[in-house]
Amino acid sequence: MSIWEYANPKKFIATTTPLVPWVLGVAIACLVIGLFWGFFLTPDDFRQGSTVKIIYLHVPAALMAINAWFMMLLASLVWLVRRHHVSALAARAAAPVGIVMTLIALITGAIWGQPMWGTWWAWDPRLTSFLILFLFYLGYIALWEAIEDPDTAADLTSVLCIVGSVFAVLSRYAVNFWNQGLHQGTSVPVATGERTISDVFFVPLVICMVGFGLLFFALVMVRTQTEIRVRRMRALEMRMRS
Amino acid sequence: MIALLRRDLTLAVRAGGGFGLGLAFFLIVVVLVPFGVGPEAAVLSRIAPGILWVAALLAALLSLDRTFALDFEDGTLPLLATSPLPLEGVALIKGVAHWITTGLPLTLAAPALGFLLNLEMSAYAWLLASLALGTPALSMIGTFGAALTVGLRRGGLLMSLLVLPLYVPTLIFGAEAVRRGALGLDATTPLLMLAGITLGSFALLPFAASSALRVNLR
Repeated sequence: MSIWEYANPKKFIATTTPLVPWVLGVAIACLVIGLFWGFFLTPDDFRQGSTVKIIYLHVPAALMAINAWFMMLLASLVWLVRRHHVSALAARAAAPVGIVMTLIALITGAIWGQPMWGTWWAWDPRLTSFLILFLFYLGYIALWEAIEDPDTAADLTSVLCIVGSVFAVLSRYAVNFWNQGLHQGTSVPVATGERTISDVFFVPLVICMVGFGLLFFALVMVRTQTEIRVRRMRALEMRMRS
Repeated sequence: MIALLRRDLTLAVRAGGGFGLGLAFFLIVVVLVPFGVGPEAAVLSRIAPGILWVAALLAALLSLDRTFALDFEDGTLPLLATSPLPLEGVALIKGVAHWITTGLPLTLAAPALGFLLNLEMSAYAWLLASLALGTPALSMIGTFGAALTVGLRRGGLLMSLLVLPLYVPTLIFGAEAVRRGALGLDATTPLLMLAGITLGSFALLPFAASSALRVNLR
């Protein structure tokens, strides 16, 4: 028994099909609880007022936008090393979800930034690096769409994903260097473990993060299944034609 | 490798268009900017570092889809791939050839265009240094992008979309170096970062480009 068994498309579909409703259910439950708790049951921030509540959408979406690219990077590496088709398809399936997460983070950030900073957009390191991440997603998806042969497309997008990751990290530090901005520091620093946010806000935020993570997981599973079926249909069509 | 480099350079010079086109484009962009933002000297000198860098970047981008597409169409590329020269070497030479035909002339022409944009006197040395250090990275990143899209119809447009986000760090450090130079500050740090990006691209991207070429030639 090893994880590589799930690289078999049939096994993958058989395993994930019963899993999807549960993951999706828990994700929706987490989101409903987390968002409701966050929006209605937490007190207003003493300085930012009620606008702070957009954090329950903004932070988890930003978190998942980065993690989605990270997952695509891992899936691309698995595809390049072990040539499992499900892995390549999972990377393809994750990209649109990732770009939507990036968009949510950018848009909620703009909505939050308008009353707080008096501007919808600032060329601040964090905002700028997210815009660049958005462009990376755009290029990645465009390359997938542009190439006919699925294996060629998987290979090329994997290479692009790896090179893109290196440059994404590089851009992150480059824009830091370029301009110091308005965005506040992180409220939940992972490295130090210290929190600058009070428990009242933190608990629903964590629930929302879990919800977004599971939602991403469920969407990627469903989309990967779809990709596998599309691939099968394509194979059948090719066989009928020949 | 030398023979391939010489062949590429000869082709670029003799075929016309490719060689001078980048320079002409650079000139046109720089000339258009004062029409767009107005001829006020103070404004121009403030935005000159960024404009010069963006224009150089676009000019480098313009000639990129020729790097592999012509060889792919006339069948030279499969021959190069089966030649004793490793494909990584081919990719590297293509990047170098692209730099000599576009990056180097752009670097040499940039000070002349700096006058048109009223660039501060103190920035010229930094402009030359930053372009000399940064444009090789642009060429190599672009070669990788061209290798990704070589077999595609309308690959040029897609290549721009893929390559431009990769250009961001180079652009930031390049323009930053010139801006600091214009303000009379020390610009060594961004220059070192630029050199790092260039060396890193030349060390790693030939491998990525050649694996993309292998996939496309399969």
